[in-house]
Amino acid sequence: MNDTVFKNPTDDNPTARIVLTVVALAFIGLFLLLPLVVVFSQALSSGFAAARDAITEPDALSAIYLTLLTAAIAVPLNLVFGVSAAWAVAKFDFRGKSILTTLIDLPFSVSPVVSGLVYVLVFGLQGWLGPWLREYDIKIIFALPGIVLATIFVTFPFVARELIPLMTDQGRDEEEAAVSLGATGFQTFFRVTLPNIKWGLLYGVLLCNARAMGEFGAVSVVSGHIRGRTDTMPLHVEVLYNDYQYVSAFAVASLLALLALVTLALKSFLEWRYADEIAAVHRH
Amino acid sequence: MGFTLFYLSALVLIPLTALVIRPWELGFSGFWDVVTAPRTLAALKLSFGGAAIAAAINAVFGLIVAWVLVRYRIPGRRLIDALVDLPFALPTAVAGIALSALYANNGWLGAPLAALGIKVAYTPIGVVLALVFIGLPFVVRTLEPVLSDMGREAEEAAATLGASRFQTFTRVILPALTPALLTGTALAFARAVGEYGSVIFIAGNLPMISEIAPLLIVIKLQEYDYAGAAAIGVVMLAISFVMLFALNALQSWMATRR
Repeated sequence: MNDTVFKNPTDDNPTARIVLTVVALAFIGLFLLLPLVVVFSQALSSGFAAARDAITEPDALSAIYLTLLTAAIAVPLNLVFGVSAAWAVAKFDFRGKSILTTLIDLPFSVSPVVSGLVYVLVFGLQGWLGPWLREYDIKIIFALPGIVLATIFVTFPFVARELIPLMTDQGRDEEEAAVSLGATGFQTFFRVTLPNIKWGLLYGVLLCNARAMGEFGAVSVVSGHIRGRTDTMPLHVEVLYNDYQYVSAFAVASLLALLALVTLALKSFLEWRYADEIAAVHRH
Repeated sequence: MGFTLFYLSALVLIPLTALVIRPWELGFSGFWDVVTAPRTLAALKLSFGGAAIAAAINAVFGLIVAWVLVRYRIPGRRLIDALVDLPFALPTAVAGIALSALYANNGWLGAPLAALGIKVAYTPIGVVLALVFIGLPFVVRTLEPVLSDMGREAEEAAATLGASRFQTFTRVILPALTPALLTGTALAFARAVGEYGSVIFIAGNLPMISEIAPLLIVIKLQEYDYAGAAAIGVVMLAISFVMLFALNALQSWMATRR
């Protein structure tokens, strides 16, 4: 028997290890895994056919279409905004830069309900532009444009937040070299900047899209809940749940949960494969 | 540059101005009446108190989860680590109905808890629970990089000087982690204060008891009380700004400590 086994002084003792591991796993199981399991098990509690019917009935299909359409408009706009905002913040010095970055962060700390509320106050019937919009018969609140606006508001920080630290780290040496060799602004952007940030950009777009498709609070304030017309998938889930149609609610919810799982898988893959090419610190 | 400014002003500044101006059509006393009405105060108290309790719970368990994920080699670590981000990716309405189904009186966890006489769904406990769910990743994700960058030299030095493991933890490790822990907790708190989707299903939304401030805004909007809704919105926005500046200060402190 060798009783002088070296014990690393920075290792926790075995009891502490086991207790901490069990506590951590129990917490994750209870708070993260169990809700996920519940969604799928409730969706399939009346069999696969019932879940499939709930997803393919006309109101559900229209909600799915609206969600996809909203994301298809909001995500590309925020992609362009995110790149140009990050470009401005990372590559140029100007007055009020910290105000700009604070504004970019704002949607992360503002309640989603307040995000929706501000648009109702501008475009709603009793809002600033309400009477004028009504005169010309333009509907923004309780219609697609309002839903898109609210979605853009809550999701615009994702791409910019991802790119700002990345582009700041990269500095502007390569761009300056390209320009001094006679490249135009466009050439510099597409041949030098974009290849450097492509994985970070993809990462930001991924998170932006997940939030755009899943946003609930802001969209629920501006949508008006017109079934089959202005209900996105998360709103449709709410309507079904409040109607006590639990199987249908969880069936539609399980589609959104699948979207979340795919997002997490792609996100982990990007973090693992391109760790050096996406920003080091991720908060969101 | 011009595009950035245009986009920000059109989407953020103008609507925010509308929000800040709107409540004053009630006059200052009208604004004050809305904000200090017992129902509003109860809702604000629940939103802030619940968020504070949830953030404190997350600070403790988030630290344990981050410690285990960074320091121990456990099977499936990568999978568990990915799962921590679930509350970021899962739409809040889905989280809301899932938690509500779990903790309802006939739910998987609600039934045994009800047998013990603990009611979770439709009480403030349910609100806190939902806020713990959405806040957890903020603490874990802020701590993880700091923990893995932190070398073991200081701990080794403490051990050679005769410190017990517990002393090393409280005197060496915890002080080094404090800025990150505070930042993560503050992020979780900021997110929880305004949270809507995951809370309203499990809360039961009884006025004065389990009604959160964002829901009160929605109710006022449905009653076409735009000014009243905006008044509560302004209060929440002001607090968001305070939180943002506090967070920026915390983060620059964290940067100087690293």
